[in-house]
Amino acid sequence: MDLYDIIFYLFALLTLVSAYFVVTNKNIVHSAFFLLFTLFGIAGLYVLLGADFLAVVQIMVYVGGILILLLFGVMITNKITNVSIKTGTIHIIPAAIVIGLFAGALASIMVKTQWQTESAKIPFTTSYALGKSLITEYVLIFEILGILLLIALIGAASIARREEKE
Amino acid sequence: MLTEFGKIFVFILLAVAFVGIAIFAAKLIRPHRPTQEKLTTYECGENPEGTPWVQFNIRFYVVALIFLIFDVEVVLLFPWALTYQDYGLYGFLAGIIFLVVLGIGMAYEWQKGDLEWARPKPNIPYLSNLIKKNTDQTSENIIVEQTETNQTT
Repeated sequence: MDLYDIIFYLFALLTLVSAYFVVTNKNIVHSAFFLLFTLFGIAGLYVLLGADFLAVVQIMVYVGGILILLLFGVMITNKITNVSIKTGTIHIIPAAIVIGLFAGALASIMVKTQWQTESAKIPFTTSYALGKSLITEYVLIFEILGILLLIALIGAASIARREEKE
Repeated sequence: MLTEFGKIFVFILLAVAFVGIAIFAAKLIRPHRPTQEKLTTYECGENPEGTPWVQFNIRFYVVALIFLIFDVEVVLLFPWALTYQDYGLYGFLAGIIFLVVLGIGMAYEWQKGDLEWARPKPNIPYLSNLIKKNTDQTSENIIVEQTETNQTT
């Protein structure tokens, strides 16, 4: 067990423990804050897999953006924070069957897959290769992405504006 | 040898350790003798009334939505910023067109007033209005009206 494994298990533990608290916490704002650690832990796992661009996206969009949107959604919803959310367990047997099947399927995939065990080398940054293909081969898609974001921007603003008038 | 992300990880560990050690050391050193007076609200503070979880203005949500779009834009600009110099003017223009398209969106929001904050309009009392009101009605009439409304209610 070398340093890489230790850091991997550290991030995995962070992700799993905070994910458990997200589900079981009765206060929705506390759940949202635990989600911060879950998403951050996943970003750490991305880094360890050598997916640096994905890790940056995870930090910037999910930790920086989606979480803020979630918290704002909670804050502008009236009287949601005073309600203690029901986190009891119901339908244990059907849930256990479904979860058991799903976990079994995942475990069988894990066992059957022939994992590529490449010697540990410092991964080449994926951002550079991505940028190269965004400028040369997929430049049209790059510009269409801009137009897609423009549509989302205008759509979001106009929906919010209509609600404002009511 | 550490990778670049390894350096970031060391920084994160240092930041966590710094806060943890500072809080723990302070707890170890400081005296802990609370009295009734010490536990009251600090002199200029006010005792809170009601819950702080009030409904926030919907405007915050719109700003958050707009922020999210530009957040995604910045993420997409990362790989472009790494490589555009290799392709000269063509690579530069590819990114500039992308930016201009979203700049149009920004201009649209600005022009439509989505970035404006919905403020309540203050009712400023002007002197000319007050004089006009007083000349229209004599002060006796106002008193009579007031007593009438009091009786009806």
